[in-house]
Amino acid sequence: MLEIKNLHAKVEEKDILNGINLEIKPGEVHAIMGPNGSGKSTLASVITGKEEYEMTDGQILFENENLEDVSPEERAHKGIFMSFQYPIEIPGVTTTNFIKTAINETRKAQGEKEMSAKDMLQKLREKCDLLDIDQKFLSRSINDGFSGGEKKRNEIFQMAMLEPKLAILDETDSGLDIDALKIVANGVNKLKSKDNAVLVITHYQRLLDHIVPDFVHVLFDGKIVKSGGKELAFELEEKGYDWIKEEIKS
Amino acid sequence: MTQLKEKLLSSFIAFEDQKDIDSYVHGIRTKAIKTFEKEGFPTKKLENWKYTSLKKTLNYDYKLFPSETKALEFKDIKKYLIDDVESYKIIFVDGKYSSHLSETTHDGMDICILSSALNQSKYDLLIENYFDKISKKDGITSLNTAFSSEGSFIHIPKNVQVDKPIQVIYFSTGKNESVFYQPRNLIIVGENSQVEIIERHQSLSENSVLVNSVSEIYCNVRSVVKHYKVQNDKINASLIDNTFVSQERNSDYSLHTFSLGGELTRNNLSIAQNGERIESTINGITIIGENQHVDHNTLIHHKKPNCNSYQDYKGIFGGNSVGVFNGQVMVEKEAQKTNAFQSNNNVLISDKATINTKPQLEIFADDVKCSHGCTVGQLDQNALFYLRSRGIPEKEATALLMYGFANKVLGSVGIPQVKNRINDIIAKKLGVKIGFDI
Repeated sequence: MLEIKNLHAKVEEKDILNGINLEIKPGEVHAIMGPNGSGKSTLASVITGKEEYEMTDGQILFENENLEDVSPEERAHKGIFMSFQYPIEIPGVTTTNFIKTAINETRKAQGEKEMSAKDMLQKLREKCDLLDIDQKFLSRSINDGFSGGEKKRNEIFQMAMLEPKLAILDETDSGLDIDALKIVANGVNKLKSKDNAVLVITHYQRLLDHIVPDFVHVLFDGKIVKSGGKELAFELEEKGYDWIKEEIKS
Repeated sequence: MTQLKEKLLSSFIAFEDQKDIDSYVHGIRTKAIKTFEKEGFPTKKLENWKYTSLKKTLNYDYKLFPSETKALEFKDIKKYLIDDVESYKIIFVDGKYSSHLSETTHDGMDICILSSALNQSKYDLLIENYFDKISKKDGITSLNTAFSSEGSFIHIPKNVQVDKPIQVIYFSTGKNESVFYQPRNLIIVGENSQVEIIERHQSLSENSVLVNSVSEIYCNVRSVVKHYKVQNDKINASLIDNTFVSQERNSDYSLHTFSLGGELTRNNLSIAQNGERIESTINGITIIGENQHVDHNTLIHHKKPNCNSYQDYKGIFGGNSVGVFNGQVMVEKEAQKTNAFQSNNNVLISDKATINTKPQLEIFADDVKCSHGCTVGQLDQNALFYLRSRGIPEKEATALLMYGFANKVLGSVGIPQVKNRINDIIAKKLGVKIGFDI
């Protein structure tokens, strides 16, 4: 589904990613872990097409299609979704209005008709239930005055509504208490199928207790320096990142 | 400019000749033309006109009275009406009242036209008490006063809740000529009465149109007046809107001004609070581009204690457009416990657009709460990316952000049909087909 080959990227003249290789197949859950400043969030932003990030070398293929010069909205239409580490507050635009526009623009791009008001309403209800969200929150402005946890839950709600093929969860666990974390993880797990994939980006292992990865990769200095199964996450949790640094040096 | 002034001065004699020279208004008009002769048109030398030049606007060869008027049918004007709500309608075409397009009343109140009020003796007392009593005696207003003969006349006696909104619309059709209009509105709302008014100037002409409008609005004790100005005229039409509001104790006046079209728009708005516990709310949304120019010049005069005023003007400027906000709040020494809030937020979406914003607070009382804030910024790029990453294309995402920015002001519109119409105009203006509301 997603193939990243020798990806180099920089932001504001600073090299952040220095040759990343990663392949994600349908049905898989991958986790990328790494210390602060290792390039985790940059990787997520580059995959979703944020324009400040410049790809200097390498390729990103999504379903065998090169994503170079593909706009963020087109990437979304193809089925790429990112849950933001810091979701943006947009006063004056309701969550419903936002989601409705996003779904219908995606359908339009795929040559489909707009979703009927009835179907939309039903879907909104269903996904609110899934994530234990009060429907009243739909008529509030996007993330405006939301707590950290509410914002993250709203991200997963959007994911549930948009049903992406590849969901990138960028530090979704930060700012969540344990109950909220369980709800969010439960939501992600319920949305998982053999046809879609999840890329979890996290600093800590605790989210991975709930969203269990098939593969764990360690990112350091803009490179994947170690890959393994879920046990690698436990090892990192136990020993921290220093031993990896040592390993690289030697 | 000088040419036009000369033309106006010489036309006045012919204009006034046709009128009843013994009437009360004759004296006012004669005095007004003298003021105009002395003051002339405002220039950028005046502090209040520093950022708005009328030079180009006044340079056209305007007719002062259209040589012919075109008969309009309802189908011609339908789209300019808020037609999905029951309403009274006072419609003018080329400066003349159009009875067949209008829906007026004299049943327990007068929702009709100024010329009939000026010509019938039963209205003499009202005219003497209210006509030209609160309008400013500057050049531009005096020009209107000198030529004032037609416009809306709304007189609501006490204890009347007007059952439906009143739409006042001025159309101009000028086929082969540019025309300069001087419409005049007189609105008197009695004690404990309520009314909603929607006002619009609309050109249907390919030629330049200039409207110099004056409205005098009296809000008596405990009255509630909700006023909406829809400024979405053609690109070759300009408007100078002079609105004077006088409020008595416990009255509540609110105005929404939607400045979305036209070449040059200047709003001179002045509100006087003459009693205690008055509420005055003025809101504006300006969205312009190209070479459009919108100038909001507001004054709220707090004269008595325990009154509130709220001002919230939001603007989005693209192309080479220019926006001006000059908001003056004056709090007299007697006006203790005043609560005055003013906010002016602007977004520039083009490098060549300009905004000049100038809040002016003059406070002579010591126990007051006054706040003001103005901001000028760009659209939030992170927010734009957020929307795009969800599949909303750049143009639609930009529109949604702009809409969100203006939405707080729209939220306070009391007539849903007006809100829907403004939403539609904004969507059309931004070139998107997304629904903004749910």
